[in-house]
Amino acid sequence: MDHRSEIWNFLLGNLSLKVLPLHNTLEDRILQVTFAVVAISGLAIFGWVTVKRRWGYLWREWFTTVDHKKLGIMYMILATVMLLRGFTDAIMMRIQQATAFGANMGYLPPTHYDQIFTAHGAIMIFFVAMAYIVGLMNYVMPTQIGARDVAFPFLNNLSFWLTVSGVMLFMTSLFVGSFSRAGWLGYPPVSEYQLGSGVDYYIWGLQLSGLGTLLTGINFVVTILKMRAPGMSLMKMPMFTWTSLCTSGLIVVTFPILTAALFLLSLDRYVGTHFFTNDLGGNVMMYINLIWIWGHPEVYILILPLFGVFSEIVATFSGKRLFGYSSMVYATVSIMILSYLVWLHHFFTMGSGPDVNSFFALTTMMISIPTGVKIFNWLFTMYRGRVRFDVPMLWTMGFLFTFTIGGMTGVMLSVAPADFLLHNSLFLVAHFHNVIIGGVVFGVFAGINYWFPKAFGFQLDPFWGKASFWFWQIGFWVAFGPLYVLGLMGVTRRLSHFEDPSLQIWFVIAAFGAFLILLGILSFLMQLYVSIRHRERYAVGHDPWGGRTLEWSTSSPPPPYNFAFTPVVRERDAWTDMKEHGYVRPRDGFQPIHMPKNSATGVWIGLLGFAFGFGMTWYIWWLAVASFVGIVAVAIGHTFNYHREETIPAEDVKQFEHTGNWKPAGEGASA
Amino acid sequence: MNTTVADMHPPAPPVFYTREEVHHNGTLLGFWIYLMSDLFIFASLFACNAVLGTNYAGGPTASEVFDLPGLAINTALLLVSSVTFGFAMLEMARQRKRAMLIWLAVSGLLAAAFVGLEIHEFATMIAEGATPERSAFLSSFFTLVGTHGLHVTVGVIWLIVLMVQLGQFGLTEANIRRLRCLSMFWHFLDLVWVGVFSYVYLVGVLR
Repeated sequence: MDHRSEIWNFLLGNLSLKVLPLHNTLEDRILQVTFAVVAISGLAIFGWVTVKRRWGYLWREWFTTVDHKKLGIMYMILATVMLLRGFTDAIMMRIQQATAFGANMGYLPPTHYDQIFTAHGAIMIFFVAMAYIVGLMNYVMPTQIGARDVAFPFLNNLSFWLTVSGVMLFMTSLFVGSFSRAGWLGYPPVSEYQLGSGVDYYIWGLQLSGLGTLLTGINFVVTILKMRAPGMSLMKMPMFTWTSLCTSGLIVVTFPILTAALFLLSLDRYVGTHFFTNDLGGNVMMYINLIWIWGHPEVYILILPLFGVFSEIVATFSGKRLFGYSSMVYATVSIMILSYLVWLHHFFTMGSGPDVNSFFALTTMMISIPTGVKIFNWLFTMYRGRVRFDVPMLWTMGFLFTFTIGGMTGVMLSVAPADFLLHNSLFLVAHFHNVIIGGVVFGVFAGINYWFPKAFGFQLDPFWGKASFWFWQIGFWVAFGPLYVLGLMGVTRRLSHFEDPSLQIWFVIAAFGAFLILLGILSFLMQLYVSIRHRERYAVGHDPWGGRTLEWSTSSPPPPYNFAFTPVVRERDAWTDMKEHGYVRPRDGFQPIHMPKNSATGVWIGLLGFAFGFGMTWYIWWLAVASFVGIVAVAIGHTFNYHREETIPAEDVKQFEHTGNWKPAGEGASA
Repeated sequence: MNTTVADMHPPAPPVFYTREEVHHNGTLLGFWIYLMSDLFIFASLFACNAVLGTNYAGGPTASEVFDLPGLAINTALLLVSSVTFGFAMLEMARQRKRAMLIWLAVSGLLAAAFVGLEIHEFATMIAEGATPERSAFLSSFFTLVGTHGLHVTVGVIWLIVLMVQLGQFGLTEANIRRLRCLSMFWHFLDLVWVGVFSYVYLVGVLR
């Protein structure tokens, strides 16, 4: 780089061959193999699509779509791919910690290990958990409220591609330069002074996807407030819609704070300002406060929709209406409000004194009250119900067991004096994996198994579903039980090497648990493969579970417009009400339906966003400026398009309404 | 919708759908929610200013660098532009496109003058050595005021684009909706500015 001419410096910024993993070290060898695998599978997919001449189809039907259902499916696929990436990071850490004792330094040097735990955390939260819940909300929420799409269908597409651009930046960091080594929240001063591309990849990846998430939040709040079917008052909304509303509301009030915190961090890094520096008046704790004012509500953003999923599943598989609906709503809303008042419990050790710490300890403990209300409501829904132990219900019961324990260790951590000891320990790591895996991941798998037949007209294979559930359930405890023990013994997190050999056995057990979870993930992939391969065998009617809410009243998969006629709601479980009171599906009198037109703008803005982030990360200023101007130009150009609707003719509606999958429950399963 | 009300006579089953087209437009609500989320960005920057605003680090203090008479002119420009924007909205309601465009142009010029004065203020401060890199106080000052100025600039660009569209396509339903959104944006930025000048500048020179 030293003897490179000015023109190359201008064109390439900080990029050079040195930042590519071409060295003869174990670290780079791992990256080379990874790159080969990614490149070969990427080329295989690319070639397959080309040979099958499917690019046009993908572009028209998927990439440019504004249909909330297709976007939902794309979010789910994105999240599943990123789950594999994030889990690979996890298993690499487990192997390192299980082997790196005494003289053995393990196979990962600290610089690489630090990137892995940073990437694992950031990817799992932003691109797995968030993408999964946004995917579920996208698919299910509009159909639950009897809407034909979300309030802003184009923005929905844009949100997706902004998320993809963030993913692309994160994935690029694997092979070009390095990723952040500052932990998943990028605490200063480490993130301030860390040289290289890592923190910048992190910042821009999160800024782009965070903007996408914010737009999604606004979109969903307006959708729920404005587009509910006639008769569906707020207190008649399905629980999943309620939790989607609360989650979207939290997104709207918290993601801007993430944007601001990262913006200030980037100013410190790029411009040399002094927000979070150690000198010239900067204050590190300012960042840590801001990031947790976003970060704590974020974990409730993640869990609330899954509380909704469990509520739907428990009611459906118990064959009863949800116990204590109103208390469930109030509990959800209280959690939403309280989640904004607890952020300081992430740093009781800041030294804010007993008064402040007591306040935050108490608000934290108070959250367990509405959460407890929910747990009891689910149990009472099952009580004297005719419970069917299908796969979604298994995940739900696994959740009730696992999440409750995770919640209790959370209450332990909320005791400020105890937290002084447990802070930053593996106990904390075990706690948040306990609630995020036991709550979010279990809920996502429950939701996938529950709504898959809605989206595709066939069920997921129950055998592999059960295998996946048991491997995850047992694997979780084997993997994280030892971390609770180690944490209580005082082992801190994020260490890549240990001296005390007596600890090793616990890490070996934890690594074994991670392999059980791997089997759980493989079983899930097997479940998908088997079910798609033999989809005729798994075909079901449009209401396979005996659902209670409006999404089950339409065909499976639903037509592009969801409902030929807007449903009118009389009671909470609208579809149950319809089934019980002689609902007759309309067969004629169909009218043309106006639907939003596809748009390529989102794809272009996403790609330009990626180029912008890449240019900023590598100090390639011309690229950053050009792509930023490009984004503005594309956005302005988009506003000159006033013809954003197209009409589905009445004949097409009639055609679909007569040929769609309307088989009642149980019918169609030939096996 | 009367047909949907459950009938008490058993032979007629209730109707669970409506054949009427149900129309929603959530743009104004959506934009309002966006503004509230934007307010959280400003809130974060205000919080930084509150915490870091006296961390002068031996550098210039607020009372040394702030030019209050200049600030008065600046503030007047922005507040008047809000009034003229209101006139434009009144003309829009009367369907008088030409007068509306004139008032919009006046609002845009006033806002552009505001941005121009702000850039001048920044340039003067930087020339005197009061740069954003000098202290946390100046970092938070430049960032908060600059972010507001950036918003105003975006507003001016949006205004120009919308004036072109109004000229081209007239006072259509879509354009009226966009104008209402921009109007909210405009007043919102005014409101934020009231916070900026009273807290950052006026309280700043006092503390």
